Amino acid sequence: MTYLGWLASGTMWTLLVSICAWVIAFTLGSVLGVIRTTPLRIPRAIATAYVEVFRNIPLLVQMFLWYFVMPEVVPERVGLYLKQELPNLVELPFAQFSMWEFTAAVLCLGTYTASRVAEQVRAGILALPRGQTNAGLAMGFTLPQVYQFVLLPMGYRLIIPPMTSEFLTIFKNSSTALTIGILELTAQSRQISEYTFKTFEAFTAATLIYVVITLTVIYLMRWLEGRLAVPGYISQAAGGH
Amino acid sequence: MNATAPAAGPMIQIKDVSKWYGTFQVLTDCTTSVAKGEVVVVCGPSGSGKSTLIKAVNALEPFQKGEIYVDGAPVHDPKTNLSKLRSRIGMVFQNFELFPHMKIRENLTIGQMKVLGRSREQATEHGLKYLDRVGLIAQKDKYPGQLSGGQQQRVAIARALSMDPIAMLFDEPTSALDPEMINEVLDVMVGLAKEGMTMMCVTHEMGFARTVANRVIFMDRGSIVEDCTKDEFFNTQRSERAQQFLSKILHH
Amino acid sequence: MDFDWAVIVKNREVLWDGMKLSLKLFGIALAGGIFFGTLLAMARLSSWKILSMPATGFVNLIRSIPFIMAIFWFYFLTPMLVQKLTGQQGEAVGPMTSAIVAFIMVESAYYSEIIRAGIQSIPRGQPWAAYALGMNYWQAMGTVVLPQAFRNMTPIMLTQAIILFQDTSLVYVVGLKDFLGAASKGGQLTGRIVELYVFVAFVYFLICFGASYLVKRLNEKIAVIR
Repeated sequence: MTYLGWLASGTMWTLLVSICAWVIAFTLGSVLGVIRTTPLRIPRAIATAYVEVFRNIPLLVQMFLWYFVMPEVVPERVGLYLKQELPNLVELPFAQFSMWEFTAAVLCLGTYTASRVAEQVRAGILALPRGQTNAGLAMGFTLPQVYQFVLLPMGYRLIIPPMTSEFLTIFKNSSTALTIGILELTAQSRQISEYTFKTFEAFTAATLIYVVITLTVIYLMRWLEGRLAVPGYISQAAGGH
Repeated sequence: MNATAPAAGPMIQIKDVSKWYGTFQVLTDCTTSVAKGEVVVVCGPSGSGKSTLIKAVNALEPFQKGEIYVDGAPVHDPKTNLSKLRSRIGMVFQNFELFPHMKIRENLTIGQMKVLGRSREQATEHGLKYLDRVGLIAQKDKYPGQLSGGQQQRVAIARALSMDPIAMLFDEPTSALDPEMINEVLDVMVGLAKEGMTMMCVTHEMGFARTVANRVIFMDRGSIVEDCTKDEFFNTQRSERAQQFLSKILHH
Repeated sequence: MDFDWAVIVKNREVLWDGMKLSLKLFGIALAGGIFFGTLLAMARLSSWKILSMPATGFVNLIRSIPFIMAIFWFYFLTPMLVQKLTGQQGEAVGPMTSAIVAFIMVESAYYSEIIRAGIQSIPRGQPWAAYALGMNYWQAMGTVVLPQAFRNMTPIMLTQAIILFQDTSLVYVVGLKDFLGAASKGGQLTGRIVELYVFVAFVYFLICFGASYLVKRLNEKIAVIR
């Protein structure tokens, strides 16, 4: 495989790991964030504990916990499945690592980012005026309906900018997976530099690709923000009376 | 000091309601009632608890002591279906609180569809009827952010009316409006009163009170200090606190 | 699934050495990051394009790439640069120095954003008043703008410091034996990676959770004063 091919496969794995992890992060984080705004005491305590645990342990340490520790503390049957059967389940293309490494990386990145998404969602909902909740309740909405029709539609629009930042961060954090053997983009650039001693060129190429990813994401999110904009709402630039 | 209730049970009945925020008492033994078709204006200085009291009527503000009944249904009872209760009471807020991400027509129909179970066609027809009533049928496809404050508040009133409420609560409906828009909202409220809607309004607009109110309640520091007919309130000597308040307000 | 927690005690020397390295790296990177971050922020806000453009470019570039990528950049290129400049062969710059340079560079980019926001949050009237009194740029910044900016930004800077402390674990990728690296090595030698990694996670959690709790308390106190 040519070195360009190495870069391409590295980029592909960076994108795959990040996007799969984002799916977990967004759904789990949304649920946790919403729970933290409800008056339900025990679910709220659990969600808060989750956020505190996942944001106070370094991502790299969490990666090791998932890859080295998790198989040992789950029931033996599960641990063996993860380490022995999962790799044989699917042959991963252009990879010198197995489905197990990929799963561990995605789970780690997803659960870690979920704690950050939870905070954003919570902040977005809390930023809405109390009057909106009251207006919904006064009409006879149940609390779940208030979330569904009033709080979440506006809350999510408010947090598109910080969510963009989280989405970008997940692409950057995907590089941590190289420590458990995932040959994503950063790892490949290192490999190329070791083989060719053209360190500067290899790193520059990888850096450029990361910059392109970043710019693409920023552009996409801005487009999304424009599409979802509510005419006349104060936080938008246009509209108003 | 209390007005006597009419023969049929009052629409809204408030008995010895007290509320605390922690150790701070915001409502003290409030007792009053609103009969069917009556218009009651609640006034008082800021911090007097009038907003809290009116929000207690549809359980937006829970209270620790006392009882409130709306058309016989106990608001304070944990077993009461609050969603159902609230759907029968309309409320209009100081900051309008239209849902910004929905067009005007959706604001009008969402409650009817999701709470009352009406079909989209029924809800739209019903909602637009009230939108026309308040003179804003042309705005039906706009978003709240594109309307002026006065227009938004009139839509809010139409939204509450589309639910066919048995009573309407108003929490300082004109306090957030620029002066030139206050009258367009008050006109709608006067029209409602003349049609016989049971209304409880927290407001500083004494002109409105003089025009359509049956009774005026004056609150100060969490207690009901005055509760008498409109004529008694404005024309005869009342308590000193009420006098002070009136003189400050009526200077405008 | 038998756990031997005593392995933690047996390895306490190695673990403590690792923690000392983590703390050392943290301290130097924090100081350097804030110092250079302040300079970068001022450069970004400068009206001289020759200062603001490279500064902006640098900050945006560092913030677009993974921390690990940035570490690799400085770790592998600092020695090469030093060699070119001094003409020396061999190990002119050791791994620790390269790692420190890498961390300072990355942290300064992140801190410059915080400090820039802090400076911009000061009302324009403040530096104008300073100039009106006859102060020059450096005096105005040093005595009027920066002290206020730092005071406003203290909570965010402290939060960033906690993040920095967590990020020091990334020196693992260049083979340095920080707290995590020490546990990793100990784990390989004794076969007890589970116990050691759980211990490392637990210690990090205690330190970071405790620190963020203190920052929260500090915030509450500051909010009252304001």
